[in-house]
Amino acid sequence: MNFDFSEEQTMLRDSVARFVQDDYDFDTRRAIVASDEGINRQNWQTFAELGWLSVPFGEDHGGFGGGPVDLMVMMEEFGKGLVVEPYFATVVLFGGLLRAAGNEAQQASHIPSIIDGSVLGAFAYLERQSRYEITDVATRAVADGDGFVLNGEKVAVANGANADVLIVSARSSGEQYDASGISLFIVPADAEGVERVSYRMMDGQVVANVVLRDVRVGADALLGELGGGYAAIDRVVQEALVALGAEALGIMGQLNAKTLEYTKTREQFGVAIGSFQALQHRMVDTFMSYEQAKSMVYRAVCALENGDDDARRVIHAMKVMIENCGRHIFEEAIQLHGGMGLTDELDIGHYAKRLMMINATLGDGDYHQAAFSALSYGGGHSTVASISDAA
Amino acid sequence: MDTSFSPEDLAFKEEVGAFFDEAFTDDLRARIKDPKAYKEAIVEWQKKLYEKGWVAPNWPVEHGGTGWTPTQNYIFDSERSARGIPNTVPFGLSMVAPVIYTFGNDEQKQRFLPRILKSEDWWCQGYSEPGSGSDLASLKTKAELDGDHYVVNGAKIWTTYAQHADWIFCLVRTSNEGKKQNGISFLLIDMHSEGIKVNPIESIDNHHSLNEVEFNNVRVPVANLIGEQDKGWTYAKALLAHERTGIADVAGSKRGIREVRQLAEREVNGGKRLIDDPLFQKRLSDVEIELMALEFTDLRVLSQVATGGAPGAESSLLKIKGTEIQQAVQTLAMMVAAHYQGVLPTDIDSDVLGNDFGMAARRSYMYGRAATVYGGSNEIQKNIIAKAVLGL
Repeated sequence: MNFDFSEEQTMLRDSVARFVQDDYDFDTRRAIVASDEGINRQNWQTFAELGWLSVPFGEDHGGFGGGPVDLMVMMEEFGKGLVVEPYFATVVLFGGLLRAAGNEAQQASHIPSIIDGSVLGAFAYLERQSRYEITDVATRAVADGDGFVLNGEKVAVANGANADVLIVSARSSGEQYDASGISLFIVPADAEGVERVSYRMMDGQVVANVVLRDVRVGADALLGELGGGYAAIDRVVQEALVALGAEALGIMGQLNAKTLEYTKTREQFGVAIGSFQALQHRMVDTFMSYEQAKSMVYRAVCALENGDDDARRVIHAMKVMIENCGRHIFEEAIQLHGGMGLTDELDIGHYAKRLMMINATLGDGDYHQAAFSALSYGGGHSTVASISDAA
Repeated sequence: MDTSFSPEDLAFKEEVGAFFDEAFTDDLRARIKDPKAYKEAIVEWQKKLYEKGWVAPNWPVEHGGTGWTPTQNYIFDSERSARGIPNTVPFGLSMVAPVIYTFGNDEQKQRFLPRILKSEDWWCQGYSEPGSGSDLASLKTKAELDGDHYVVNGAKIWTTYAQHADWIFCLVRTSNEGKKQNGISFLLIDMHSEGIKVNPIESIDNHHSLNEVEFNNVRVPVANLIGEQDKGWTYAKALLAHERTGIADVAGSKRGIREVRQLAEREVNGGKRLIDDPLFQKRLSDVEIELMALEFTDLRVLSQVATGGAPGAESSLLKIKGTEIQQAVQTLAMMVAAHYQGVLPTDIDSDVLGNDFGMAARRSYMYGRAATVYGGSNEIQKNIIAKAVLGL
């Protein structure tokens, strides 16, 4: 039993850490977020050159052949720097679905262009009514000749505005909440009938609502089995949740370190406020929250990597932990920074906002706790029901 | 990163499990739970472990330890705890023995260690005093040199199982010079000595395990002094961190959660199983998820120790989280027990009473309050982390 990283993983982590340290200070990030696109394309090329975009892909497509641990070490460092370039949307979600469900031709045509940085992707799965229920899909796909016609609307699509290619979930059969009958389609963002309305989220993400009006795609756009898209989504969501957990962990570590530093330098009543026991114990509590969150992310990444039977249950538990610990840590960070914690000028609030958005991505703590309970103690939960439906 | 067990570890797990299943009989289990039969039964169990060579896994091999890897130790503890088998009584095997083999002289090692291994002496711990709790170094029980004896006067308190004990290891004041930590000595005292009086303290679990121990002109041979006079604080402190590893008792809490779950599947609330109540599921999963994380925190500390690191302030984290979770599990058990949660010790058969766990739930919950107080209260542990980890 060991918790050490391999030499390759250490190099990967150090390489991302160095980029964040040298090229991604808070003001630089702020300027990127304020730019038209909200991302820096030059950074994206750097990511490609450093091989980061190739990490989870197989060697046959020019990838690094990395696993969940490799992804974890990178995401943790991205978290520390609040990196807004769309690694999660393009590599983890979009690339993940291609890995999970793509046929040889689809993988060969899309994965190399993710790896060389020429294509940005997004996964359009949320709808106005869907909240955290990925199986709640009203967007329709109807067979037409040897292709399909898509109609519907996807909302808050992460990286939706900048993406060149989208993967869209649409219902080809079944009722609105069924897990079966969901299909995945590869849709060029400039396809006829695709209309995008772009807006910003509080963590700097540029998202888009994507309206699909009689969008015609060929048979080769269908990713995976017709009506069987949920299995692929589910697999990618497991990986994505662990990646988000790692990113959150990086943020929590930064918040604790910055808060601790602040209380050692900020003086009131003639002494550093960190000398007050009331504050010390609160920081011990946030330290413990961080360690517990870290343990849970490690546990989840190991379960995923080993393909453990209880991986799903562990990942649900991890997402719960990430919300609980994350909220505890950022609320304390703001409180202990006093008035300064309220300012946009300080990075504390920005870390907090990213943690909140992570919480709201792919199911919040309550959603996952209900799923965890259903798996552990029985009883109904939509996700659990979906899985057995799909199986 | 690799958290899977090796084939050797898995074989070891089998071996340990098989031994426990065979050696820890239902009869032993029942007698250990009965306060009147407890001492004899637990000693009998420890002798079985001794015969197997497994009574003191943490000791150095030359003194009777097993030489297991940290992973093996972890497996042994998990298998034990998962079966609801109590840990060995810590005062001799885990607390005083490491002080003796680390700081004691050869004569002391030969005299005391074999008898501890064989459970021939029952030990108790004399640290806290009526006036010295968290501020342990303020202790006042004094030992004055008189020829080749110390004369001890004062009182110790919260002394668990002093009523059973043959020996007590004490921190006593031998000097008032300089810092209060400096004049403390580590003394082994025969509980059968003249001048010792044990006063029972009934605790809120309605049982008697705690005591006050009075010392009135108790004569203790100088040969019973560990190491140097006035250096006792250093010896005690060096071993505190060891005391705190394993204190998380993850396996014990896992077992507790399993029991709560099984009981909640049996209990019915207005026609609905308690386990299906969303509020109950929320409470239960809150605890279980924290525990899943703590299990890995425990393993992370363990692997650090395996690669040469000493258990430092991380053991404070394990103590705090571990005891919080233990108490949370005890709270859940009380909730499950509902109207039976207050049953006091009785000889009435559970069939007649109508319930078979309310009494145990009450006892665990009430005595369980001690966990966040003893071994350095959780607030003291937070002070330790603030200083040692956060640098505050």
